[in-house]
Amino acid sequence: MNDLLSTVDWSRAQFALTAMYHWLFVPLTIGLSLIVAIMESIYVRTGKERWKSITKFWMTLFGINFACGVATGIILEFEFGTNWSNYSWFVGDIFGAPLAIEGIVAFFMEATFVAVMFFGWGKVSRRFHLVSTWLVAVGVSLSALWILVANAWMQYPVGMQFDPAQMRNVMDDFAAVALSPVALNKFFHAVTSSWVVGGVFVIGVSSWLLWRKRNVEVARDSITIAAWVSLAGIIFTMWTGDGSAVEVARVQPMKLAAMEGLYDGKQGQELVGFGLVNPDKKPGDDKQAIFAEISIPYGLSILANHDMNSFVPGINDLINGVSINAEGDTINTVSYAERIAMGKQARTALADYGKAQAAGDSAAMAEAYTRLMPNYKYFGYGYLSAPEDAVPNVPMTFYAFRIMVIIGGYLLALALLGIVCTRWKAAWLEKRWFHIVGILSIPLVWVCSQAGWVLAEVGRQPWVIQDLMPTGVAISDISASSVQLTFWLFAILFTLMLAAEVSIMLRYINRTSKTDIINNSKL
Amino acid sequence: MYVEGFRSMTVGRSLWIMIALKLIIIFAVLKLFFFPDLLSTSYDTDTERAAAVRSAMTSR
Repeated sequence: MNDLLSTVDWSRAQFALTAMYHWLFVPLTIGLSLIVAIMESIYVRTGKERWKSITKFWMTLFGINFACGVATGIILEFEFGTNWSNYSWFVGDIFGAPLAIEGIVAFFMEATFVAVMFFGWGKVSRRFHLVSTWLVAVGVSLSALWILVANAWMQYPVGMQFDPAQMRNVMDDFAAVALSPVALNKFFHAVTSSWVVGGVFVIGVSSWLLWRKRNVEVARDSITIAAWVSLAGIIFTMWTGDGSAVEVARVQPMKLAAMEGLYDGKQGQELVGFGLVNPDKKPGDDKQAIFAEISIPYGLSILANHDMNSFVPGINDLINGVSINAEGDTINTVSYAERIAMGKQARTALADYGKAQAAGDSAAMAEAYTRLMPNYKYFGYGYLSAPEDAVPNVPMTFYAFRIMVIIGGYLLALALLGIVCTRWKAAWLEKRWFHIVGILSIPLVWVCSQAGWVLAEVGRQPWVIQDLMPTGVAISDISASSVQLTFWLFAILFTLMLAAEVSIMLRYINRTSKTDIINNSKL
Repeated sequence: MYVEGFRSMTVGRSLWIMIALKLIIIFAVLKLFFFPDLLSTSYDTDTERAAAVRSAMTSR
């Protein structure tokens, strides 16, 4: 048992490491592709060669990042087959389809047009080149769509029917999977937040150019574009973030309760702006949940339900199966103890089904099936020892949410600052404080972006598939030591590669910025 | 276009060497030696794989 838990922890750690490494490159690819496409559009529209040079400068950085990100995602798929074989089999019919489409879209669209984008200058018409650049931008976003559809299905499994004979969830409604409101909201939230990453990166690098007084006009023009892209991105990110909260309240209420550190909900529930989570607080006890709480009255009810008087359940409410309806009446929902009981019935039925199948007893198979399917929606609860096992790590989700939102608010201010500076307060662009703010914003935007994923993935624990499969059941029957070995291999390899890749980018910026970018024919 | 483009690159020859190295490590080393597809390699038929998964999921 201890080895199993250790395997689970190391497998989770390895997936988290590789996924977060992958997510270092993806948002910059998406964000920079949009910015480069906009810059090239200005060039084609105005005919000004300066914009061609500016475009090519940032396009090279896009290319470096794009190349560095190559194949970082494929490692995750290796892990599915090795570390997470039960999961892969259980959901492969559904999970595999979006991943396959992602691969096809990524390969055909991006690979085709990225060649024109990088190597087609002067070889194709300006308009064709521009279309190619926009198609690369669209392609990278479409790639993101499919992986996010797959992830959204983990959070809100729909459009499938479980087949106990194959031990697979079989997709029976592709539209339900692809057009799931959770998937669509997640896609727009991830893509628009990536616009912010791209925008802040350009602002940050441009700030460094201004600091070193190199290519000042390039920096100013770049900040102009990047600030508007960042502003649009952060506004849409906040809007879709609101949508995410509504979806989470609807389909993952325990995640919402955990990220708020909310144990006992009420109507007109306040939103915790900030506070300190009591690490000793447990479901059912009377300890204080949050210390030094700064809260916004009615905030969580508005965020979750767009109704300031609505009830938002806390962890204890969900565990005990208690809710309050719009009329203010206390009503019963399905308690976690009941879910566990139904889950255990489903597991027993599944085991019986397997034995009957092995014995070739069709009647017993049919009987077991009638016990399995009514309880299948709570199948995963059958693995839990106690209702409290269904509660994710409250401190981690609580702080991840606040890190994301607080930095997001700062990034909104940064975008507005960039606009103010480029439109009305040009002198501020020469100030050292602006340069420092711009440069330091680069790591902050990545912290914000990663915090969002920590919230999404830690908040869904203990589930790898909400309500159907706990993470511990998803892993393969392999030793913890083998997972440890590959974890450390990845950690060392990724650290070395990241250092090399960042140095290539920094060297390019340093070397190119010493030339006159606008008149540099070698770009 | 790719061949001519790579030939005329002024940035990133070292980058592409590193990318090639990364791909070799990922596909030729990691995938081959550390990341077998367990169900595919351990069982011959889908029926066996389903039984293995069912056994794992009902015994944990």
